[in-house]
Amino acid sequence: MKLTEEMLKALPDARGHFGAYGGRFVSETLFDSLMTLEREYKRLKDDPEFQAEFDRDLAHYVGRPSPLYFAERLTRETGGAQIWLKREDLNHTGAHKVNNTIGQALLARFLGKKRVIAETGAGQHGVATATVCARLGLECHVFMGEEDIRRQSPNVYRMKLLGAEVHSVTSGTRTLKDAMNDAMRDWVANVDDTFYIIGTVAGPHPYPLLVRDFQSVIGRETRAQCLDRTGKLPDALVACVGGGSNAIGMFYPFLTDESVQLYGVEAGGLGIDTGQHAAPLSAGRPGVLHGNRTYLMEDENGQIAGTHSVSAGLDYPGVGPEHSWLKDIGRSQYVSVTDDEALDGFRKLTRVEGIMPALETAHAVAYAIKLAASMDKDKVVVINISGRGDKDMQTIAEIDGIEV
Amino acid sequence: MSRIEGVLKALKEQGRKALIPYITAGDPHPDQTVELMHTLVDAGADIIELGVPFSDPMADGPVIQRACERSLKHGTSLRQVLAMVKSFREKDDATPIVLMGYLNPMEAMGQEKFADGAVDAGVDGILTVDLPPEEADEVAPLFTARNLDAIFLLAPTTTDDRIRAISEHSSGYVYYVSFKGVTGAGKIDVDEVAANVAHIHELTALPVAVGFGIRDAATAAAVGQVSDGVIVGSVLVDTIARNQADPDQLKRALTDLLHPMREALDSLPS
Repeated sequence: MKLTEEMLKALPDARGHFGAYGGRFVSETLFDSLMTLEREYKRLKDDPEFQAEFDRDLAHYVGRPSPLYFAERLTRETGGAQIWLKREDLNHTGAHKVNNTIGQALLARFLGKKRVIAETGAGQHGVATATVCARLGLECHVFMGEEDIRRQSPNVYRMKLLGAEVHSVTSGTRTLKDAMNDAMRDWVANVDDTFYIIGTVAGPHPYPLLVRDFQSVIGRETRAQCLDRTGKLPDALVACVGGGSNAIGMFYPFLTDESVQLYGVEAGGLGIDTGQHAAPLSAGRPGVLHGNRTYLMEDENGQIAGTHSVSAGLDYPGVGPEHSWLKDIGRSQYVSVTDDEALDGFRKLTRVEGIMPALETAHAVAYAIKLAASMDKDKVVVINISGRGDKDMQTIAEIDGIEV
Repeated sequence: MSRIEGVLKALKEQGRKALIPYITAGDPHPDQTVELMHTLVDAGADIIELGVPFSDPMADGPVIQRACERSLKHGTSLRQVLAMVKSFREKDDATPIVLMGYLNPMEAMGQEKFADGAVDAGVDGILTVDLPPEEADEVAPLFTARNLDAIFLLAPTTTDDRIRAISEHSSGYVYYVSFKGVTGAGKIDVDEVAANVAHIHELTALPVAVGFGIRDAATAAAVGQVSDGVIVGSVLVDTIARNQADPDQLKRALTDLLHPMREALDSLPS
């Protein structure tokens, strides 16, 4: 399907649907808040004052534009297409997540909400939320699975230093999925004074829309930088996909550029055939969870399946509804790499370029290296380096059997 | 007239209020559910809301979450829940059964297959917590065509326009969620509930049953006074959790909890 600007403008539709996906599957108590959020966002989106403040914060607080860096040595060692890195890891707080939390915290302030809640997996979204709350003087509560608190402890401490209260989630699988359940439960109980900053392009409408809009700065910059540096559009973009916010932010401004191939890399865990993975687009089927219809990992009875990934930020059984739509229409390709391949990608980028990616990002790195190797030398591949790897020291050290 | 309508109409004519207990199917064990349903009826239930367990019950508090976990540990599936209702119907074809749950297990079965299965089992109504009427245009006609009542939630945050629209999509009764929060949390403000239910009655002719926060005879009576029925969930499920080791004691405990509510509701001035 050839996408046009008109088609994209019509999505999501009035009810928040991207084709068969998306929507607003929530209990009644939250419905009015979502309607209000949608109405206010649509108003503020075109408000020059709101946009100017967002742009100013991205420039002077986050440090945008982030560089587009030519990974010359990695390219040489790979021996194929040129590999370029979009350096979202250089943003304030070390990941792309802050682009969205800046935007949503501004919305919270315009809506007069004093209390903010967020879910987090790897802790990057939690840190980015705690950061903007500290700056705006908002009360911040972060919900995080007990298992993730264990494996991402540096980020837990960062959130606490920033003044956030971290709530340990002990239900279900004790990871991101259950953190989101508990954040929703808190929101239902405190809907009058609380703004829920969702960290990914999933959840009920309008979240997939507004997170995508706030993250699209990644793709807009990449497009301009690539044209400027290489004189043409990239041939392929590669980004990791958990919920899919860094990927949609990178892909969205290129959707109508047919020549640009889009690759979303899911967490293959121990291997797709083992069932121990977090790759709903590669191996799941459509269902409804967390307020939206999308590809999910579920059993034959519709119970949500447990997931496995070495990276906490990808350890999620669902994915943003726009990705589900892009998969079905064939505009993006969704692939997966295993834990081991991701770890190889992590080590490779660290040793060859001196850039230590987050384990989430390492999935994109691993796939991009394989992809670039199969392409001609005059082609350009851009990897979204969605976050830095400092937070993963403990996990890597454990795998290496080293005590830090 | 559906079984639900019939029961609610008869109660109204008698000047009585509906007592609607909720339990999660398969909790504490799938083999006990049918018997527990009969126990609820013997203790005074007019309608039973039978919960379909889901791995991610986002609108529920810890009590019902744990009930889902206990049930799913035994692999309770929607198909089995329908079989439980069918088995219940062998002895009781009068008490309406409403299945209450989340959308995904129903979608996984296939909506049409589910609707057929529900009718075949003797289910009377479906309440899908995470399915607002806006998303129900494919499912609703399947239910309507089979005379299954579609029951939707109203909340303290529901605007007047939505109360009207939701009521138009509903049949049987509407379920008013008494406070902002998850099941089993918070303390019910009876005055606020009275005012809101009176307001809902102005906007719809459907009976209004109130759930969330009803835990004893006093709250049941207070809420019963201002509504057409009360839904009792978490306190029953908590009783199941505490007495799961002894099936006979469990039945006694459920009866001891529900019976005073029945009496309190029936003592209300009609």
